[in-house]
Amino acid sequence: MRFSTLKDIVEICQVESLTIAELMIAEQAKETGESPEEIVNQMTAYYQVMKEAVSKGLESNTSSRSGLVGGDGRKVNELITSFEPSVGVWAAKAMAYALAVSEVNASMGRIVATPTAGSCGIIPGVFVSAQERFGWEDEKLVHGLFSSGAIGYVIANNSFISGAEGGCQAEVGSAIGMAAGALVELRGGTPEQAVHAVGLALKNTLGLICDPVAGLVEVPCIVRNGLGAVNALAAADMALAGVRSVIPSDEVIGVMLEVGSKMPGEHRETALGGLAQTPTGRKLTEQIKATKSPS
Amino acid sequence: MRFKDVFSIIGPVMVGPSSSHTAGAVRIGRVARQLLGCMPEQAIITFYGSFAETYSGHGTDLAIIGGLLDFDTDDERIQNAFTEAEQSGLHFELRQSTLMSPHPNFVEITASVGGRDITVSGASIGGGNIKIHSINSFAVSCTGYYPTLVITHDDQVGILASITRAVSSAGLNIGFMNVDRKERNGSAMTVIECDKRPGDEVLETLSLLPHISRVSVIDLN
Repeated sequence: MRFSTLKDIVEICQVESLTIAELMIAEQAKETGESPEEIVNQMTAYYQVMKEAVSKGLESNTSSRSGLVGGDGRKVNELITSFEPSVGVWAAKAMAYALAVSEVNASMGRIVATPTAGSCGIIPGVFVSAQERFGWEDEKLVHGLFSSGAIGYVIANNSFISGAEGGCQAEVGSAIGMAAGALVELRGGTPEQAVHAVGLALKNTLGLICDPVAGLVEVPCIVRNGLGAVNALAAADMALAGVRSVIPSDEVIGVMLEVGSKMPGEHRETALGGLAQTPTGRKLTEQIKATKSPS
Repeated sequence: MRFKDVFSIIGPVMVGPSSSHTAGAVRIGRVARQLLGCMPEQAIITFYGSFAETYSGHGTDLAIIGGLLDFDTDDERIQNAFTEAEQSGLHFELRQSTLMSPHPNFVEITASVGGRDITVSGASIGGGNIKIHSINSFAVSCTGYYPTLVITHDDQVGILASITRAVSSAGLNIGFMNVDRKERNGSAMTVIECDKRPGDEVLETLSLLPHISRVSVIDLN
């Protein structure tokens, strides 16, 4: 890839009059030796899986294997028809869809890791609701996934994307930044604005620990996906309004590496700290262990 | 760069719940299966770190078995991998280790068939991406992003030249390569990540070269 930082992305896009998505497609084609069409086709197939996961999460039973969670995406989606959501209808939709996809994941259903399975609800939540809202064609959203991918590529290679390595900031935080940046571009913002959205979003997940109850990608992960989708919309709006990340986004990514590296092991997906070790967290862990058939 | 391309960030398509604990685990299992070259009869799977703590809830055990059955990350049969294994004649044993490991999500798999076995250890580094750390006690470093040649051979003068000559004659570009040996003039392993899948012809050429004992291909695509 010709870029390793978000600054590189902005510079190349400005000099060559490219969108982030166009740059990513060209670089991916060079990396794999495939044609841009083949690459776009693969991403189109991924987007279909995301849309199917939204539908499945809203329509079918999404009880997780542990029985801890399920059905919350549907609850939020149904409430919208009879109640004025405090965050507004469209943010509530994004939230419902993100919850739905994350629940499909917890039930061992089919999803796309974006960038991980633990954070797989945020991008589909933002993208599918935006598509409904603005009447965009699939092709536009597929391009948006390449913008998200370029941003995620920079984050992953300069910091981390897994909760085990860097806490939940690395998973849900990365996904929020990826969704926010892509949404800026989808709505006509410049690459520079998109990159500011990444910084604005990431700054507000710094220090977020990975503390899954019983170590499962359920509590608090699913709810963090729902709220993450709303954060992504907010960060995108700020960037489109011209709000800048005063600390450059690449430096924020560097801080995520610093904070994640200093996080104690208890707060990095081990289920030895945080919500997992609250009295209720411990009780649920015991219940799950006791009821689970030995495998 | 640890992450090579856009689809290592957006993707893989997978069955949940965890890209590290499920998708990455499927891939490590598949690497073991492909190195063995056929359906194993026995497998011993040892989980370390977070894998050892949470494998059951995440279906990491199902995922590794699914990989040993050569399922891809989005194969919905992973949920029923134990039943599928039984039907395929694959017996397995799951172990948890409290020893330190090179990565929080780490597993070692020994798969065997008819007196032959292969031992693979690897880490699941996030987003379904993996890093293989060792194969049959040789230190290796490969990711499964690319079709990968794994060649066991004697540590001899000129052997690498003959391997790379055969690979280049087949029109294959070498992206990454590493070599490890047990001892001087002992046995060695060369791992070559190629830009496209090696054809049968080059595999045959390689396996006929002197001092080469085994040639395998990992291809997770």
